[in-house]
Amino acid sequence: MFLSLSGIRKQFGDHVAVHSFDLDAAEGEFVSFLGPSGCGKTTTLRMIAGFELPDAGSIRIAGEEIGRVPANRRNVGMVFQSYALFPNMSVADNIAFGLKMRKVPAAERKARVAELLELIHLPQSGGKYPYELSGGMQQRVALARALAIRPRVLLLDEPLSALDAKIRLSLRQEIRAIQRQLGITTVYVTHDQEEALSLSDRIVVMSQGRIEQIGTPSEIYNAPATEFVARFVGTLNLLPATVTDAASGRVRIAGRELRAASAVEAPSGSSATVALRPEAIVIGDGGSEANRLDGSVSDVTFLGSIVRIRVRVEGVDAVVALDTFNNPHEAPPRIGDHLRLAFPPEALLVLPHAPDAGPVAGDESLAPA
Amino acid sequence: MTAAVTAPRRRRRWGSPWAWLIFLLGVSYFVIPLIATIEFSLRAAYKDPVTGEFIRPSLAAYELVLKDPKFVGGLLTSFRIALITIAVSLLLLVPTAYWVRLKVPRARPVVELITLMPFVIPPVVLVFGLIRIYAPPPLAFLNSTFGTEAVLVGAYVVLSFPYMYRAVDTGLSTIDLRTLTEAAQSLGAGWPRVLWSVIFPNLRGALLSGAFLTLAIVMGEYTIASFMGTKTFGPYLSLLGQNKAYEPAAGSIISFAITWAAMFAIVIIGRANRGRTQPAGAP
Repeated sequence: MFLSLSGIRKQFGDHVAVHSFDLDAAEGEFVSFLGPSGCGKTTTLRMIAGFELPDAGSIRIAGEEIGRVPANRRNVGMVFQSYALFPNMSVADNIAFGLKMRKVPAAERKARVAELLELIHLPQSGGKYPYELSGGMQQRVALARALAIRPRVLLLDEPLSALDAKIRLSLRQEIRAIQRQLGITTVYVTHDQEEALSLSDRIVVMSQGRIEQIGTPSEIYNAPATEFVARFVGTLNLLPATVTDAASGRVRIAGRELRAASAVEAPSGSSATVALRPEAIVIGDGGSEANRLDGSVSDVTFLGSIVRIRVRVEGVDAVVALDTFNNPHEAPPRIGDHLRLAFPPEALLVLPHAPDAGPVAGDESLAPA
Repeated sequence: MTAAVTAPRRRRRWGSPWAWLIFLLGVSYFVIPLIATIEFSLRAAYKDPVTGEFIRPSLAAYELVLKDPKFVGGLLTSFRIALITIAVSLLLLVPTAYWVRLKVPRARPVVELITLMPFVIPPVVLVFGLIRIYAPPPLAFLNSTFGTEAVLVGAYVVLSFPYMYRAVDTGLSTIDLRTLTEAAQSLGAGWPRVLWSVIFPNLRGALLSGAFLTLAIVMGEYTIASFMGTKTFGPYLSLLGQNKAYEPAAGSIISFAITWAAMFAIVIIGRANRGRTQPAGAP
């Protein structure tokens, strides 16, 4: 593996910021660290960059141990949330800074700077100063500066957090396009699940300094390994259930027998949490194999192309949210209307009960948007 | 009715009369002695070589002062010592303030307290201490001109602590020190390069403020220089005051003009620099 983190641990005083962290990333892979604030994702990134030294474990790039190598000798590019452009230098000088440190001849430096300015679509901005650029432009310059040194690994620490929504989206696509074009191994830290899902080859979901799950965006979204991942990634409905037949994947919610597509890990008779994605639920009876729940509408939210309906499920103190496409010719249900909800067995995820699961089951609004 | 409406408006535009009175009193406190000194310095009579008549007012006192080699010598010595003091202060305090902010922020109050030492220990106490240590062997530095100037520079560095450290520390607080340092390190810069290429240029305004304050202190310092027997500007001006009438006033005005020229230089260079030192992350 090109980038290899093995048994990484970091402690600040009594607080363990990162517990035993293991990751292998292939050359050219785009890996995102996703998690809430304080989960250890930035600390892990800073250890790869060399700004923090791990208390235990090893960090290898292309087989070379770099855990104790100073940050300025790692040849790792870093892009910061606050851009961190040098205010006293022009855009061109910012980009050329790393090349100067490597004593690259002036002519070669100039050519490389021009090439990178083209890459970030700012060919005319070499003579400008950072304060003359917008936030999005500054971050593109910061990206070019990090790429100028042809780093072995590119690290991005929440690079889009300080930008507005539209620029965030366009720059996100630009970062991915440049990364693909250069084939550079990239580690991207974010707390924005949408960013992680849309950019990454693989995502590392972290919580309280531990890895919860490593997988492709599809695996993370469709088959969350833990209740934390299920809650954190995407919007999710959580319902308390009892496992009635683990082998055949049957659970009971509010007196209704529901069926999962595969066997349930929790033993029969135990409590479990059932997770449902809003987009998997339809109004009506569904197909012949569908699971069904009844309830009454408690809230209707118009979100443009989507209408989100919240339904209080009969017999259980939980609200289920479901998304329907906006149809201008059809009025959405009204508050108080009785609805039947249906969803296929494949959509029903049964999660074992986590003692420190956090928010109350069924409150889909607790999941980050 | 109109008068009732316009009076408060006029007051808002020009401010309260009491504020103006206090402002004028403050200005008078500084300006009247200055005008009096200028006026006194111009009383020195100029003797017309042709007619033999004495002409007043004249710039005779200024001419005498500027022609006196001791004045120029004292001024140049003070200027040289001031420049060395500024260089030593910057080399000592910028890395210190930088390191304290970046690596040991908890030590900041201690360092601040140390830098306030000159306010607690008067120069006359400091100079007696220095003479006791550096006059007798084995550290008899005060027996040579070079040694004396070196000790003097050390004393002035200490005297400039409160001004220089605060200027540097304030400058450091306006930049995202940690991120800029890490950005430079990730690009291959070691500590000396980070300080020289990234930190120093972004502190230009603050460093100039500290430097010119130090310059003003050193140019006008009398106690330490006098006790050490150095021929700097302060003791020269004092000696002049004991023997002449108008020349000390002229000398004071010249030193005042030099100090003000330095202050204007701060403002102009600071303004030219302002645009480039936007805080990191500013849109």
